[in-house]
Amino acid sequence: MIELAAIVVDSLVYASWLFIVSIGLTLIFGVMNVLNVAHGSLYALGAYTAAWAVGMYVSGAPDAGFELLAIMLVAAVVVGVVVGLLIERGVLRWVYGRDEIVIVLATYAVFLVLEDVMKLIFGPESYIAFQPRFLFGTISVAGIPYVGYDLLLVPVVALIGLGIWAAIHRTRPGKLLIAVIHDREIAAALGINVTRFFTVTFLCGAFLGALGGALSAPLISVVPGIGVELIVLAFAVVVIGGLGSVEGAAVGALLVGLGRTAAVFFRPELELFVVFVVMTVVLAVRPEGLFGKPKARRI
Amino acid sequence: MTRLRRVRLTTVGIAVATAALLALWPLLPAWAAHTVAVSLGGGLVVLGLLILIRFGLVSFGQGLFFAIGGYAAALANQFLGITDMLVLSVAGIAAAGAVAWALGYIVRGHRGIFFAMLNLAFSMILFGILAKTVVLGSTDGFSVGVPTLLGFAPDPEAGRLTFMLFGYIVVFTAVVAWWVDRILASPIGYAGQGVRENELRLRYLGVSARGAVHIAYIAAAKLAALGGVFTVLLIGHVTPEDTAYWTKSGEFVFVAILGGSGNVAAPFIAQTVFELVRTFALQYAPDAWQMLLGITLLLVILFLPGGLWSLADRLRGRDA
Repeated sequence: MIELAAIVVDSLVYASWLFIVSIGLTLIFGVMNVLNVAHGSLYALGAYTAAWAVGMYVSGAPDAGFELLAIMLVAAVVVGVVVGLLIERGVLRWVYGRDEIVIVLATYAVFLVLEDVMKLIFGPESYIAFQPRFLFGTISVAGIPYVGYDLLLVPVVALIGLGIWAAIHRTRPGKLLIAVIHDREIAAALGINVTRFFTVTFLCGAFLGALGGALSAPLISVVPGIGVELIVLAFAVVVIGGLGSVEGAAVGALLVGLGRTAAVFFRPELELFVVFVVMTVVLAVRPEGLFGKPKARRI
Repeated sequence: MTRLRRVRLTTVGIAVATAALLALWPLLPAWAAHTVAVSLGGGLVVLGLLILIRFGLVSFGQGLFFAIGGYAAALANQFLGITDMLVLSVAGIAAAGAVAWALGYIVRGHRGIFFAMLNLAFSMILFGILAKTVVLGSTDGFSVGVPTLLGFAPDPEAGRLTFMLFGYIVVFTAVVAWWVDRILASPIGYAGQGVRENELRLRYLGVSARGAVHIAYIAAAKLAALGGVFTVLLIGHVTPEDTAYWTKSGEFVFVAILGGSGNVAAPFIAQTVFELVRTFALQYAPDAWQMLLGITLLLVILFLPGGLWSLADRLRGRDA
């Protein structure tokens, strides 16, 4: 019984983390049809910047409290806006309209550049920002003590997800966005500024990627190479749910979270396999993902 | 008619290049011969990507089959004591062919980014297996002895890259390139164009698009494996990091885009340029290597969509 509770809680925590690091990827794809490989760099940059900022602040104020969370948020906003703007205005807008795979290659090129930029800025050593993780003490669930920060990820991420869903489905800009998603030419003809929607969507997606990184900074040690591991994992999550679907990303995160936690408990060596097995099975049965819509056949 | 003439021209070009490389061997300094041979090995992997690109597909995980080829050769050498380069090459090709045949059933139904990223996922899984399995050498990999050919052992004083190995790689690569050129001009090659342009029409014509993709996938895998075998024979060492890791797969895609898909010679030219630039870049700016790759890739995408080969077409005044 205690084992079951542990698996459920661990899965939820892990699924929340998966959701927050992959939601930006699916958002950008859903609106712009761009698979943003540089999402991995945004995540890594967010993590680096947050870890660095927290480290700087703590060295000046050793008994820092909840302001650390604000610092992490600011780090994510700065990274998302600055780097997001650079990528979208500097690179992506020149390749809109080209082949899907060419756009992926362009974001891959950006990813390569950012990998080295990060090494030049932050060096090869690892950054650890553990302080925020102990702000909330421990909370016990079914007799098992958990780190409060990890548990609180679940409601916070659920709120963020709901917020995104509501922003798309319950607000005027959201409705306009849906029009842009369905047919960008008709939307433009109706007077919607599609270019601005693209830029804003990309900035939001970039911010979410950086936020995922910033929230992860206390959980991991921030080292070179975390970006590529993340992009592969996040891609699996959003593909399972259906590229471009927010609900799908949530379901994908839950499935992968459950599968991976069960693997960690029973067969740890299968940990990585489970993710890709789930992905392969889903893609074999439903090539568009669980919540994806099949494309119209064009003759 | 023009099509036919171009095929013949490529065949002549391959024959001339092969003869020239073999004749130049006594004049080439050791580093240049090594660069040429390594470029031919890498070029084979990119040649496989070229086939896929003709089908409108890009694989971000071709390092998977590059690694399978390299490891099959290294394992056969290590555990079975096989030193014959021909047998090692066949072992690599067979192993990759079998894996590609099985994985092909999964990937053949996918196009575009799904195809690209599924392959990336597979290669990451293999990297994880190789790096964590002690029997397979974990992160240190294996060393491979100096290979022999049909019972002839090279002079032990002569170092690793002898005329035997160099000639073997040059001739084998030339035959494979010629074969791929013929394949691309055959019905299966034209089916690739159909998959790229309009798959549904192709199916209405009675051609199995999935079947064609499956065949191309296996062919590309075998080419990548052969490239892996050559590279291992040349360098004498194989590690997961240098074969299955995503950076290697990314380099192959980079070279494929740099060269363009206009001709079977393009991958080898681009790979040689790549190896030369890398030699100098790693010497003068080792920390900015990936940045250099990324910026070059962007420039090629924006200003030279047909790759280096399209420069040749432009010089001849033909539309790229």
